[in-house]
Amino acid sequence: MITLEKVRQRAESDAKTYGYFLNPNPDFLNDLLEGLKKNEERYGYPACPCRVASGKLELDRDIICPCDYRDPDVAEFGACYCALYVRKDIIEGKTSLEPIPERRPKEKQERAYAISAEDPREKPLETKTTIPQEPMQVKKKLWYCKQCGYVVFREDPPYVCPICKAKREMFAEIALDVRANG
Amino acid sequence: MKSMDIVKVAGKNNKHKILIYALSTCAWCKMTKQFFKDNDMEFEYVDVDLANEKDHEKIRKDIESRGAHPSFPTIIVDDKTVITGFRKDRIKEVLGV
Repeated sequence: MITLEKVRQRAESDAKTYGYFLNPNPDFLNDLLEGLKKNEERYGYPACPCRVASGKLELDRDIICPCDYRDPDVAEFGACYCALYVRKDIIEGKTSLEPIPERRPKEKQERAYAISAEDPREKPLETKTTIPQEPMQVKKKLWYCKQCGYVVFREDPPYVCPICKAKREMFAEIALDVRANG
Repeated sequence: MKSMDIVKVAGKNNKHKILIYALSTCAWCKMTKQFFKDNDMEFEYVDVDLANEKDHEKIRKDIESRGAHPSFPTIIVDDKTVITGFRKDRIKEVLGV
């Protein structure tokens, strides 16, 4: 089982890597870390404590902390959606911390809500096998960063390249063209 | 929106009907609940992550039918005014506190 200290250390180390800070309010920070710990225990991964997770890794990948929306949210509002990660001017009190609007696309949210409503545990055994999984499957593609060459296999390109910090616009899809000649 | 896991918190100020869609893990939601408690206001809340999973979709539709984007906390005052997020000034303005 993961400890609260481990969750804290992970967040601290990530904040340091990206030049962010953790929320300056100790109680608020503690609540967020507790929330992450709880989500890691129930889903197996630290889904954002301020969002509804589906419990399906494929559908929750974008909201696993640090979420895909953290960097653009910190850049625009000074904090990520749950306000775990904040910018220096928030720490210094130069900018006030306000609730951050949800950046996660509506379609991703809808999918997560719908799938959690379809809890297989509550279904009789015979219907369980007949539910087609395909429509809920996420269509993944290969993306590469034109600046550093980083390659990632996922639904959408990341907002920011985790390696060189290039913006989303620098990502291009790798088109696979398989031909059988002869 | 009945038959859900709605928790009622008693308070002396019960002029308004307040419903909060919250998450048990969300620090903003906790702050919101605390704000109403500190102001001794009666309110109801649903911790969506702890609610029956079948209700997730219902809650999303309820929030969207009110013209808001699903986000937590969502505060519904008197079944008509929707406040997304713990916007203290807006809450005070709507509730007249």
